[in-house]
Amino acid sequence: MPRAWVFGDDLDTDQMVPGRYAPFMVGQDKFHTYAFCDARPGFAKEVRPGDILVGGENFGCGSSREYAVAALAKLGVGAVVAKSFARIFFRNCINLGIPALESADAVEIVRDGDDVTLDVAAGLLRAPRGDAAVRPLASFAQEILSAGGVVAYLREHGDFPRV
Amino acid sequence: MTRTLAEVILSRVSGRDVRAGDLVIVPVSRVMVHDSVIDAVMAGLRDLGREQVWDTAKVCVFVDHAAPAPTPVVADSHRVLREWVREQRIPTFYDAGEGVCHQIMVEEGYCEPGSVIVGSDSHSNSYGAVGAFGAGMGATDVAVALALGRTWLRVPESIKVTFTGRLRKGITMKDAIMRVVREIGTDGARYACVEFHGVGDLPQGDRITLAGMTTEMGAKAGIVVGTPEAPTWLRPDRDARYLREVTIDLTTLEPQIAVPPRVDQVVDVSAAVGQPVDIVFLGSCTNGRLVDMQQAASVLRGRRVAPHVRLEVVPSSRRQFELAMQDGTMQALSAAGAVIGSSGCGPCLGRTGGVLAAQEICLSTANRNYKGRMGSPDASIYIGSPYVAAVAALTGVIDDPRPYLEATEEEFDALVARRRAERPERGAASSRSGDRSRELVMASARSGPVVEIDD
Repeated sequence: MPRAWVFGDDLDTDQMVPGRYAPFMVGQDKFHTYAFCDARPGFAKEVRPGDILVGGENFGCGSSREYAVAALAKLGVGAVVAKSFARIFFRNCINLGIPALESADAVEIVRDGDDVTLDVAAGLLRAPRGDAAVRPLASFAQEILSAGGVVAYLREHGDFPRV
Repeated sequence: MTRTLAEVILSRVSGRDVRAGDLVIVPVSRVMVHDSVIDAVMAGLRDLGREQVWDTAKVCVFVDHAAPAPTPVVADSHRVLREWVREQRIPTFYDAGEGVCHQIMVEEGYCEPGSVIVGSDSHSNSYGAVGAFGAGMGATDVAVALALGRTWLRVPESIKVTFTGRLRKGITMKDAIMRVVREIGTDGARYACVEFHGVGDLPQGDRITLAGMTTEMGAKAGIVVGTPEAPTWLRPDRDARYLREVTIDLTTLEPQIAVPPRVDQVVDVSAAVGQPVDIVFLGSCTNGRLVDMQQAASVLRGRRVAPHVRLEVVPSSRRQFELAMQDGTMQALSAAGAVIGSSGCGPCLGRTGGVLAAQEICLSTANRNYKGRMGSPDASIYIGSPYVAAVAALTGVIDDPRPYLEATEEEFDALVARRRAERPERGAASSRSGDRSRELVMASARSGPVVEIDD
């Protein structure tokens, strides 16, 4: 079962992958092994495909570095659920095929290490202490996600979803 | 009409009347790409099945984020970037040492007012200095914009920031924007556009400082209203509706300091006086221009930075660097003991040129003080204006720059001596290259010729 990794407010992308471990500093094959290396030592080794990150306000603020999200994708992170997202991080998640979902109470309900399941159809993140309501994404973003990301969507359709 | 500047621009470029909350697909007038994302951008284009960018004349490429290359891996990445630029026949390419992408984009006139520009860097908001809707995006968004010449945006709500009054001596627009960040917070302008009123006639550099720092409030764009570059249609409606309005009186503004590790943890300088620093960084797209270096030089000219403190100056572009050489500013900073880095991002993002060690404390004129931003996660970064930076370099502690700017020579020396004496011992005192030979020359001049030159 997916495990929840819980973070606080204003988690910036320098915490996710510090600039000194950018792909072009350490190589495309290594950068993801530095995910949360300062903020959450051990994360890159312990995270399992499908695990879910849970956060507070302004998740992913700071630098536009897509490799922060690419590292999460490479490690198989299944979704990010937060009170709110920084705008570039949100776009990067959708573009790379990671659901970025807003939830007002997930960060209060879910404890770090909880076994969780994301029920997108029901709009719920299910956790041992209760279910957190998750806001559905706009259809524009949903269409991109269901294709597996914006590149896959554009390859398939040749243009953006209709607005 | 009730349209904000963002609504005016996005309605015009999308060809329909749009309001905050609407999704639009819009043409972009330029796409800006820099070295640190080029691999991912190229991979994105490849995955999209596009051999060629949509319009080579509208693409601007920069090597600035880790430049000149600090490691073989980075050097390889730069080599790949240069080959890509050549193969794509992109004429607008600025290699290492030319400067920070944002400074060049604005000062070399690549930012068309009223147009949408996508940049691969979060501080692409800077293009609002001349009335462009500049938005930072990730590598895949940039690759898509390069392939299609279009991007999608959610029309943002806007926050109106009005500046009134006049700055007093020793206070800068850096202090003004930090005061705004203090008010709005790091996510107070999330998804929004920050519209600046009352400052359209400021020098272009000050407007870059304002627009670029809107990124630190989570903004999608930051646009200055009424700049000399803007056409007449480029203004918000009189009855525009705003999410929030903030007014800052410049006349009563104090020097502002951001305390680590948050950009919105901002205090008046009085609350930070005496805080020791080890290294001072003057540079970045926020504060690496001639005027910033002149302000620092006005404090440092004819003096020497504190023996235990390092000062690193990185001009934001070659043009700014050469201007600072022409008027003697650069000479004054070097004579004061500054390390002069090649124009570019410098140590702002911790990849090259003067990164921080654990436990080191930096006073930076840049825009971010996150943990680990400039090197070690155990370093601390304070942010301030160029005046605050110069005084910190001189004394080794954070202090209010205004008394120094008003002091007589004797008073000035006394202020410096007092602050240096109060500073706890840290680091090691450095000699300045050239000092010893000058002393020897002086000594030999006093005692007559020591060596007969016989050739």
